[in-house]
Amino acid sequence: MSVYTPDAIDEEFRFLPLQALADAALQAARDGGATYAAFRMERILGTSLRLRDADVEGVNDTEDVGYSIRVIVDGTWGFAADVDRSPEAVVRTTRRALELARVSAPVNTERVDLAPEPVHQGTWRSSYDIDPWSVPQEEKLALLQDWSRRLLAAPGIDHVDTSLFAVKENKFYADLSGTVTTQQRVRMFPEFDAVAINADTGAFESMGTIAPPVGRGWEYLTGPGYDWADELANLPGWLLEKLNAPSVEPGRYDLVIDPSNLWLTIHESIGHATELDRALGYEANYAGMSFATPDKLGTLQYGSPFMHITGDRTVENGLSSVGWDDEGVQAQSFDIVKDGVLVGYQLDRRIASRVGYERSNGCAFADSPGHVPIQRMANVSLQPAADGPSTEQMIADVDDGLYIVGDKSWSIDMQRYNFQFTGQRFFRIKSGQLAGQVKDVAYQATTTDFWGSMAVVGGPDTYVLGGAFNCGKAQPGQVAPVSHGAPSATFTAVNVLNTAAEGAR
Amino acid sequence: MRPHEIVEAALAQCTVDAMTVICEEHSQTNLRWAANTLTTNGVMRSVDITVVAVAGNGTGRAAGVASASVADASDVAAIVSRAEAAARSSDPSPDAGDLVAGSMSNTFDTPPEETSPDVFAQFAPALGDWFGRARGAEFELFGFAEHEVTTTYLGNTAGLRQRHVQPTGRLEITGKSDGRKRSTWVGRSTRDFLDVDVEALDTEIRTQLGWAERSIALDPGRYEVLLPPSAVADLMVYLYWNNAARDAAEGRTVFSRPGGGTRIGDRLTNSPLSLFSDPAYPGMQCSPFVVAHASGSTESVFDNGLPLQRTAWIDNGELAALGQTRHSAVLTSGALTPMIDNVALEMAGANSSTADLIASTERGLLLTTLWYIREVDAQTLLLTGLTRDGVYLVEGGEVVGAVNNFRFNESPVDLLSRVVGASATEVTLPREWSDFFTRAAMPTLRIADFNMSTVSQAS
Repeated sequence: MSVYTPDAIDEEFRFLPLQALADAALQAARDGGATYAAFRMERILGTSLRLRDADVEGVNDTEDVGYSIRVIVDGTWGFAADVDRSPEAVVRTTRRALELARVSAPVNTERVDLAPEPVHQGTWRSSYDIDPWSVPQEEKLALLQDWSRRLLAAPGIDHVDTSLFAVKENKFYADLSGTVTTQQRVRMFPEFDAVAINADTGAFESMGTIAPPVGRGWEYLTGPGYDWADELANLPGWLLEKLNAPSVEPGRYDLVIDPSNLWLTIHESIGHATELDRALGYEANYAGMSFATPDKLGTLQYGSPFMHITGDRTVENGLSSVGWDDEGVQAQSFDIVKDGVLVGYQLDRRIASRVGYERSNGCAFADSPGHVPIQRMANVSLQPAADGPSTEQMIADVDDGLYIVGDKSWSIDMQRYNFQFTGQRFFRIKSGQLAGQVKDVAYQATTTDFWGSMAVVGGPDTYVLGGAFNCGKAQPGQVAPVSHGAPSATFTAVNVLNTAAEGAR
Repeated sequence: MRPHEIVEAALAQCTVDAMTVICEEHSQTNLRWAANTLTTNGVMRSVDITVVAVAGNGTGRAAGVASASVADASDVAAIVSRAEAAARSSDPSPDAGDLVAGSMSNTFDTPPEETSPDVFAQFAPALGDWFGRARGAEFELFGFAEHEVTTTYLGNTAGLRQRHVQPTGRLEITGKSDGRKRSTWVGRSTRDFLDVDVEALDTEIRTQLGWAERSIALDPGRYEVLLPPSAVADLMVYLYWNNAARDAAEGRTVFSRPGGGTRIGDRLTNSPLSLFSDPAYPGMQCSPFVVAHASGSTESVFDNGLPLQRTAWIDNGELAALGQTRHSAVLTSGALTPMIDNVALEMAGANSSTADLIASTERGLLLTTLWYIREVDAQTLLLTGLTRDGVYLVEGGEVVGAVNNFRFNESPVDLLSRVVGASATEVTLPREWSDFFTRAAMPTLRIADFNMSTVSQAS
């Protein structure tokens, strides 16, 4: 992990009276009988630029500065948040958290206990070269306009939406144990999406970029790391081919799934399924529970014997990467599925303690100063095979199948069994050769059947870090960014639906 | 500073051509529980402002929008500067128009209303008692109760001053029994939690868990279904979100007319169904004027303050209106029908209850809720998703057992044409979308040939 000096953090954040306010809050919490108390102040900047057919549709700039105090009193949680940064208000807010813990006691029947964590003090900054807030707005708009015009200039393209969403997140955390951490992260989500319409029939299709959102700076849009020019040049042709492509014949196919699609299947069917709070039932009323319950730890055959899934909060450019989590736990990496068997969960300090882990693996996260930290997803990734094949070789080894690129629609059930995904492009594979696109494709499977059908895992050269800005969990709803690394992989005899037939009567 | 003073302070610092300021005081309190015990809780208060600066820029007017949480007066100056800088360095906005002129509302300088944990004064002890009874009866309760109040102050340099108080409450409870193999759900939308009857919720949970004592395996296929109000709401809210007039006129939605234009005037169903929004709908009152923080297909920051009134989107089976801004209404030659923060579906003459619909069902599936609804195909608005927390087989007018869950693939637009019966409309909670949209009133619908595509093992 990189170690940064305090000046790696924006002055606008580190010159706030962070330690003084933390001291006031923690003293008030201690005086009020709290056995655990954490003060967390955050500053979250967001910028959103949206273009419609190269015209500026909207430019929005947001700044959220606030703080919260979380306490445990007599084994019950309390939490309060506010925006008033006077010491008096911080003490008042702390007392509201203490009071909420007391009034909540009658509905709490399970004493809250936290897994221990060493004391940490330090500063951490995510890996980026150019702070997007240092780039003039005109330059950002000009780049999106250039992308829009390149796509609109191509024959057959009727509409183009482009956008850029960038976030800078500062967190200061201090708790009663003496841990004090200050962090700064930057992330970028550039998107473009083109629409082609058949004027005679009214049939239309759209196709978007497969560039992932990442924990990088402005250099992501201009420098090495992604070939924007190549994708902008090729996308119109791919889209027109899709508009005129034959509809897929439903049935069972061998699928070669590109990392640009597979990351989302990993996210839904493994990432969420191995969140321990979900497996215990904490999310039962919201997105549901998990089939991968703790009684199956160490025995559940999740997938093929060469399936290796890791969780980490440490990978460079990872959207879930941090120095320390929102309970003061140091970022770690760990195994979730090894040799195809469930061997680990994503944890926070409370649930770690509850099921007997000695330490949390650092997955607590709150999306804003006003929300309580809960267990959120690490960067959950499928490891490539050290000597695995290229995507081209994997396609060459398939007799009758589909090569699926890019994510689009996604849906999974309340225990992470039954899922259905679509994509951006679906190429027929016949006798080891790509044989043009088909459309109206969705693949549907049950999680363990699908991962059990994984026949080939691609090599390190196929590995891409994908991800999302908008992972939802908890009530009140919280949104978290997370990355997922994936190689290309081949799955055998997967059920493919024809979505046009599904919608027909 | 009080919110109306923040609005005035920001407007006083305007150095560009025009400005709109929205200040929102927001308070929220919540309880969350699982397996008959509290898991998280919170109280939260914030004050946010959004400044829309409009600057002459080359050939037109450009908008720059900045939003921020506000702690003191220096924050206000900074946010005005940021919005103005954004406007000056942006291109002209296609949706640029004069700000909505108006006058001072007589409540504008009234302090904001706030919520606190006191809103649960009756509910929380009743919930604690219920946990005790549930343990005794060997079922588990999981759920969430939230109350929030947002007081919005809207002002602009054209003299408009408006204030709106929006209470929003929601309560959801999942009940599980038999080693979590049986599961059911109830939900409520409420403005103040005073109308929440825990005894009635308990009865519903126990009745539905009781229906699941017998389990029945059914294959995928097309079934007659009774879709209760929450499930109808999730489908209709998705349809409502996809009703942008401009997108339709451009040929890229289910409401596009092949060859050009929109499908306004098309008959979507032979049933006398109407989908409408009304800021004054009893029990789900919402802002009677436009509050727009960003411009997009169905909202424009230039439209802030436009008055809203009852709007029929589908009128007696015919597509009657689509979501418009002033700009899109000109582009599409349509009536000015902005989006409203509630939606209702009614079938003319329907006055029966869900129980009546069950009693008149020969064979069909009674659902509880839908979940993980996502768009599969924009052309038809085909959605996929899953049944959740209770699919019950009805035979000869009675529930005879619980069936496995299914994944469905259906379009809410096409479903309307297969409605063959409806109950009276009631205020409900759209389960999937309640993070974003809570105010919906829907009937239970009887729908023919509902496409249950595959079986889900989830229980």
